[in-house]
Amino acid sequence: MSKSILAVDDSTSMRQMVAFTLKGAGYQVVEAADGQQALDIAKTRGFDMVLSDVNMPIMDGIELIKNLRTLPAYKFTPILMLTTEAGTEKKMEGKSAGATGWIVKPFNPDQLLKTVKRVLG
Amino acid sequence: MTIDLSQFKQTFIEESDEGLDVLESGLLALDSGSADDEVIHAVFRAAHSIKGGAGTFGLNEIAGFTHVMETLLDEMRDGRRAISKQGINILLNSVDVLRELMDAARDDVPPEMSRANEVKGQLDALLANSEDDQTQKTEEPESPAGDQTDSEDSFSEKFSEQFSQQKGWLIRFHPHQHMLRTGNDTVRMFKELASLGDMENTADISQLPEFSLIDPELSYLSWEIILKNNETQGVIEKTVIEEIFEWVDDDCDLSIEPLISPSNEESSADIVAEVSVSPSIDTIAEVTPADTIETTNNVTPIASPPEEKTTQKKKKSSTEGGSIRVGTDKVDSLINMVGELVITQSMLSQMGDEFSMDKLEDLREGLAQLERNTRELQESVMRIRMLPISFSFQRFPRLVHDLSQKMDKKIELKMTGEQTELDKTVMEKIGDPLVHLVRNSLDHGIESPEVRVAAGKSEVGTINLNAYHQGGFIIIEIIDDGAGLPKDKLLAKAIEKGLVSPNDNLPDEKIYDLIFHPGFSTAEQVTDVSGRGVGMDVVRKNIKELGGNVDVTTEQGKGTKFTIRLPLTLAILDGQLIRVGSETYIIPLVSIIESLEIQTENVNSIAGTTEVYKMRDEYIPLVRLYEVFDVQPETTRLQDCLLVVVEGDGGKAGILVDDLLSQQQVVIKSLETNYKRLEGISGATILGDGTVALILDVSGLLSLAKKIEPVKSYANG
Repeated sequence: MSKSILAVDDSTSMRQMVAFTLKGAGYQVVEAADGQQALDIAKTRGFDMVLSDVNMPIMDGIELIKNLRTLPAYKFTPILMLTTEAGTEKKMEGKSAGATGWIVKPFNPDQLLKTVKRVLG
Repeated sequence: MTIDLSQFKQTFIEESDEGLDVLESGLLALDSGSADDEVIHAVFRAAHSIKGGAGTFGLNEIAGFTHVMETLLDEMRDGRRAISKQGINILLNSVDVLRELMDAARDDVPPEMSRANEVKGQLDALLANSEDDQTQKTEEPESPAGDQTDSEDSFSEKFSEQFSQQKGWLIRFHPHQHMLRTGNDTVRMFKELASLGDMENTADISQLPEFSLIDPELSYLSWEIILKNNETQGVIEKTVIEEIFEWVDDDCDLSIEPLISPSNEESSADIVAEVSVSPSIDTIAEVTPADTIETTNNVTPIASPPEEKTTQKKKKSSTEGGSIRVGTDKVDSLINMVGELVITQSMLSQMGDEFSMDKLEDLREGLAQLERNTRELQESVMRIRMLPISFSFQRFPRLVHDLSQKMDKKIELKMTGEQTELDKTVMEKIGDPLVHLVRNSLDHGIESPEVRVAAGKSEVGTINLNAYHQGGFIIIEIIDDGAGLPKDKLLAKAIEKGLVSPNDNLPDEKIYDLIFHPGFSTAEQVTDVSGRGVGMDVVRKNIKELGGNVDVTTEQGKGTKFTIRLPLTLAILDGQLIRVGSETYIIPLVSIIESLEIQTENVNSIAGTTEVYKMRDEYIPLVRLYEVFDVQPETTRLQDCLLVVVEGDGGKAGILVDDLLSQQQVVIKSLETNYKRLEGISGATILGDGTVALILDVSGLLSLAKKIEPVKSYANG
C-alpha cells in the first residue's frame, strides 16, 4: 500500500508539478486548491502527509494547519508548508500552528522528493 | 529522477494570465478607492503565486521582476506604505511588462528586457523612497533556503576543518514535551541519523513520570547520540545532521559536538557547543560567495543588460484568434449528447440488420430520436461559441483609468450584465465600436471636474456599461452623466456642411442622429483620445453589419446614452418554463422577481376592469396570459393559479399561469427570421421533448396587456 499525500496549492501548475513528481515516485496524491477544500477532503479520510502552500484564497495554509491539528486523525500527521518566504517569521507562524516543517519555494522535483522521502521513508 | 518541468510551464503561463487579470482589476479597484481589504490580499497573492511559479519553472526574469512588485505590494498590504496613485500606476505598468514577459515565455523566446528594466527601476526607486527603514531589509533578495543556515554552514564547515581528525559527532538531543505535536517523529530522525554512520544512542529516562501519569502525546526522554564516521560512508558533515533537526530547532535543546579523541573531548565540546546553536546566531558576516548554493537560482540578476540578439520585437501572440475557452459544463453536455447519439445509432443499425415491416413504427421513432439528438448536438456546438460579454467588457476598467488620468478627469465606470452571453463572432466585431463609444463618452461626454462642479454636479463623472437581453435583442448601453450633446452646435455644423438646410425644422432625434454622419466632429479641440470624427459613422456601419443598430439619446447637461441593439440569433437564455392550459411558455429568469400563490383577498379591481394584486406595499397589475394569447386555460379561478411577478420596461406585473415547470437554459430561435415578429414574444425554442415553446418578451407583453385592458392608474392605490 503506497503512502498517500494531500497536496494543497491554489496554483494549478504548482499542484500539477507536485502531484506529478510524487506520483512518479509511487505515492498516492490527492489535490486541493485551497485550505477549505483540503480540510473538507481531510475530514473524509486520512493521509500519511499533507503538503500545503501558505498563501491561498478562502483559507490559507496556516489556518488549514491549525484546523487539521484539531482533527484527531491529523494530530501527528506530518504537515509540510510550501513557502516562498525564507524569513523565519512565517516559518515560526507555521510551526506554532502545528506544521512539521517546510520546503522553500522554488524547489525542484528532486528537492521535493528528497524531503518527502525523509519524512515518509 | 529528473522531471521535465516544461510540461507545467504552459499551465503556469495560463494561470498567470488569470493572475495578471486579477492584479490589474484589483489595482484599478484600489485606485478608485472601491476596494476592501480582500482586494489587496488577492493582488498580493496573485503576484506572489506568479513569483513562486516563475522561479520553479525557470522563468527567472519573471521571478525577479515580480519579486520587486511583491515587495511593494507586501508593504501596501501590511499598511507600511500608503496606496498612492503613483504606486498604482507603476504597478499597472508592471502588469503590462509581465504580460510581455509571459508572451515571450509562451513563445519560448528570450524576453526583451529594456521596458522591464525601466519599470523595475521605477519600482526600485519607489521602494527606496520609503521613510520606513524596513524597506532596506525587505529589499534584500530573498534567498529561499534561508541565508542563515547557509552562512552558518560555512562557519561550521570551517570549524569542522580544524577537527578534521574527528571520529564523528556527539549529539545531545532533548525534545521539549510538545515536540511530537508538530508531527515530527524522533524515530524518523534517528533512522536518518543511523543512515549516516554508526550510531549509538543512549536514552535518558530520568524525566519519565510514573506510568499512570504518562501522557502518550508528550515527549519525556532525552538522548545522547554518538554518531561515528565509518569507512564506507566517510566523514559525516555537520550540515547534514543539522538538516535533520532543522524543523525542530525551536522544539528541543540540541547540541552537536565533534567527537575527537577521548582525551580532549571535553574541552573541544565546550567550544563547539557555543556555536552549534540555532540558525539565528549572527554569523552572517561569515558568508562566502562560494556558499550560495543551488537554491539561490530563483533571484536572477535582472539588472544585467539584455542580450543584443533578443531585441527582435515579438509581435503580440495572436492566440485569441484560434481558441475558445469553454466551460466544462458545456463540454460535459456535449459528451452526454454524443453518448445518446451513439445509443440511437446502434439501435437503428440493429434494427436495420433484422428489419421487418411490423417494426416500422419503431423505426420512425428511432429516426425521430436521431433527429432530436442531432439537433441538440448542433445547438450545443453553437453554444460553445457563446461567451459572456465580460470578455469584451474587461478591458474597459483599465481603459477608463488610463484615459481619465491622461485627460485629468475623474470618472467611475460601472458595469452590469457582464454575464450576458454573446456569440463569439459578434463579440469580436462589437469590441472596437464599444471602445470607440466609451472613448467618446470619456472625451466629449464627461466634463472636466471644474466644469462639473461649476454645473453643480459631482466632480466624479460616471460611465455605465450595461448589457442585457430584451425583446429578442442583446442591448448594450453606454451611458454617461456628462454634458450631453450640444444641439445648437450640431445643427450649426450640419448647416455649415450643407447636410441640412437652415430652414429645415428637424426634430431633436434627427439632430442628434447627425453625429453618425460621415465626417462629423464637433469637438472643439481634437484630442488624441477620440480622434477626428472618423468614427461614429464607422461605429454605426459596423453595428449594422451585424444586423443591429445604435441609437443615441441625450439630455443637455445631464448626459448621453448610446444604445446598441444586436439581434439574438444564437443567444442562450436562462428560462423558467410555465404552463397555461396545454401551452408551455418560457419567461426569462432575469425578469422574474418571485413566484407566489395568490391570496384572493389581495386582488382588487381598479377602474372597473383592471385587476391589481397587493404585494406587500405595492400594487401590481395582473396579466392573464390566456387572455393575451387567447388560449384555453386549465382554470380561470384566481385561487387555483400561480402568480409569477416579473419586471420589465414598464414596471412590475404579475403573470397568471397554471403551473410552474422546470428552469432550464434554452437556445433562442428568432421568430422574425423564421416566421414574423410577434408582440410579446421574443423568440421560440425547442424543448427536450421536441415541442416548441414561445419565449415571452416581458416588456412587450406588458404593453400588449395594457392595450387589451387599458390601465388608467394602478400605482400606489
